Amino acid sequence: MAIELKMPALSPTMEEGTLAKWLVKEGDIVASGDILAEIETDKATMEFEAVDEGTITKILIAEGTDNVKVGAVIAMIAAEGEDAPSPAPEASPAPAAEPKAEPEAGKSESPTEDSKIVPETPKRAPVSDPAIPEGTKMVSTTVREALRDAMAEEMRRDDRVFVMGEEVAEYQGAYKVTQGLLEEFGARRVIDTPITEYGFAGIGAGAAMGGLRPVIEFMTFNFAMQAIDHIINSAAKTNYMSGGQMRCPVVFRGPNGAASRVGAQHSQNFGPWYASVPGLIVIAPYDSADAKGLLKAAIRTEDPVVFLENELVYGRSFDVPALDDHVLPIGKARIMRAGADVTLVSYSIGVAIALDAAEKLAGEGIEAEVIDLRTLRPLDTVTVLESLKKTNRMVVVEEGWPVCSISSEIIAVAMEQGFDDLDAPVLRVTNEDVPLPYAANLEKLALVDSARVIKAVKKVCYRD
Amino acid sequence: MVKTPAAKPERKPPAKSVSAVLPEEGSNHPRPRDPQRHEATQDELLHFYKEMLLIRRFEERAGQLYGLGLIGGFCHLYIGQEAVAVGLQSALTPGRDSVITGYRDHGHMLAYGIDPKVIMAELTGRGAGISRGKGGSMHMFSTEHKFYGGHGIVGAQVPLGAGLAFGHKYTEDGGVCMAYFGDGAANQGQVYESFNMAALWKLPIIFVIENNGYAMGTKVSRSSAETEFYRRGDSFRIPGMQVNGMDVLEVRGAAEAALEYVRGGNGPLLMELKTYRYRGHSMSDPAKYRSREEVQNMKDTSDPIEAAKAELLKMGVTEETLKSIDKDIRKTVSEAADFAETSPEPDPSDLYTDVLVEQY
Repeated sequence: MAIELKMPALSPTMEEGTLAKWLVKEGDIVASGDILAEIETDKATMEFEAVDEGTITKILIAEGTDNVKVGAVIAMIAAEGEDAPSPAPEASPAPAAEPKAEPEAGKSESPTEDSKIVPETPKRAPVSDPAIPEGTKMVSTTVREALRDAMAEEMRRDDRVFVMGEEVAEYQGAYKVTQGLLEEFGARRVIDTPITEYGFAGIGAGAAMGGLRPVIEFMTFNFAMQAIDHIINSAAKTNYMSGGQMRCPVVFRGPNGAASRVGAQHSQNFGPWYASVPGLIVIAPYDSADAKGLLKAAIRTEDPVVFLENELVYGRSFDVPALDDHVLPIGKARIMRAGADVTLVSYSIGVAIALDAAEKLAGEGIEAEVIDLRTLRPLDTVTVLESLKKTNRMVVVEEGWPVCSISSEIIAVAMEQGFDDLDAPVLRVTNEDVPLPYAANLEKLALVDSARVIKAVKKVCYRD
Repeated sequence: MVKTPAAKPERKPPAKSVSAVLPEEGSNHPRPRDPQRHEATQDELLHFYKEMLLIRRFEERAGQLYGLGLIGGFCHLYIGQEAVAVGLQSALTPGRDSVITGYRDHGHMLAYGIDPKVIMAELTGRGAGISRGKGGSMHMFSTEHKFYGGHGIVGAQVPLGAGLAFGHKYTEDGGVCMAYFGDGAANQGQVYESFNMAALWKLPIIFVIENNGYAMGTKVSRSSAETEFYRRGDSFRIPGMQVNGMDVLEVRGAAEAALEYVRGGNGPLLMELKTYRYRGHSMSDPAKYRSREEVQNMKDTSDPIEAAKAELLKMGVTEETLKSIDKDIRKTVSEAADFAETSPEPDPSDLYTDVLVEQY
């Protein structure tokens, strides 16, 4: 029986990769454990090992090929004594790529794979950020690179800035966000820590109190719960408790929110937790330009910052203005799409879902205005309320739990300060109120999606 | 005199001298030299005496103001432990070395020369307080003196101190951080996370464990599997020193040996200061977990101020001089208390200031 060798998924979020190098050729006999090829993901180069024994009869994807989809057949193996087989006419995709569960009615858009969670960049150009001059040249950059560029630029500018965390230096970052920093800045300023979040968060806060500008990376914010005492009690409260005498200009950054199929302990949005704390700045950008401009602002500010990234958008490319010093204002929301019928308020990966829903709604004659909050504390309530004044309808979209959420806060703001502008109750579309399950179908059911957003929009527009 | 102490001794007045240094002699690991009791000049000892007496009188007055309802919340007095902060900090270089401690912080501030008036005014919650009335007893700072608090979460000051030490190393300013914590905090996990990184990166920090015998109401022998705290750095190859914290000159001498070691680029060092607090853990603690005799015995046989006084008299300082010093200190403390009682509360508008540094 001929065996198809398929492009492997080498991380929970990998969709495609580069077949960098074949280490075997047609006719070679391979045994279990032999290294067949080197495969490059956006995070690392991995070795691909044989599981089955036999003869390589056909190599279907040449080395050096980019964007090979996970599950694509890359070679064929024949067991001993078999003829060289030809590949099946149509390679069946990896089983994970097509969940078996039937989606519920009204939830047909529910995504499981992050390719679906993060829709393509919308066709309509976003309203340009007021901080970017007209005519600025744009460069397509991944969010991952934008974050790295922000740190590198600030490190070049200010010797007090250093980066510390698990695997940030020699490993180049668990998610490759700090790629290349060790090479440029050396071990004095790019520091690998032991696995000891509470300890190094405290060291970061202490170094900031002493006058440095630490950027503390958490491999994910799930692990920052071990360190939350220093983020809240040491960093956020010091300036107030000291009567303005002692500052703590530290940045705590890392991926936040659900990744893909990593289960409850690794999938949580901490935005509402940190945004409830006076003394902290909380930033949760969506695209590359905001990631760069706001991280630079975060490093420069005198206040402690929690900077919430999202693993699922790290690899996506967006335009970044080619400016020498692209710094954005903290505390200012951004209108991502103009519209007059309803306001969609979101942040981080939720913006992608809101934009996707807006495009689909446009096809049904509903023009949604999409606001990316960008900063969760302080909240730009002015932009939100101005939009509400225009549309009179609002839906909040949040990849996170519903209870005591950013959505709850936005709804309270609308009630307290925008009540007279409301033609319908403000609705929130969030994840389900459960720990995130592992099973593909259950995970899909638990996560916010554009179908649910569309349903809520139709409800507030009385179109359902 | 250096000897290996017996395991888990019952609480007794500490030895008159530094009793142990780790690693033991002959080890391959870097080892601080055996500390010598500081040979103080008369002026020096007088200075230490004044500082210790100021702390004692200040704390007595704070206790009194607490009883009158002028100081609120939690208030942890340093009475009995004065020789530790005075002896250690007298060896530091102000403006270069940094100090950080927990919530029992009044003594460390006074020992660093911070004005008693602004400390007392903070205790009474006045706008003229060092934290403008927003911090209170446990949250006081003076960046000018490189005194970084004053932290209310038990053990949190240890990684923060390691961060300050990281800064000294990063900027190569030659400074050393002295991070104080108690025998109770010594059981917090983050302390060991800090030990690990400090040793790994050879940070210039002295971890000071003020072992006063009780973690709030829990005796060391009921809370700690290893009661010889100077051994707590062993797993991280951090040398330890056990010091009689009731003798200011022993403390000062040990501080010099410790600083020599740390300034020499050898990385962190752990000092256990055996001391005793005469009062309860905080003002609301009646200290029923120990006998009155135990406290009285410590006061009678090991009081750091009485010991310094006896030594000064032996050096030829007259009773009259000491009396006049006491009088001056009482006056200083009275003035601080008057200031703290009469200066106004913070303006209501201060409620909203200093939440953030910048405007967004």
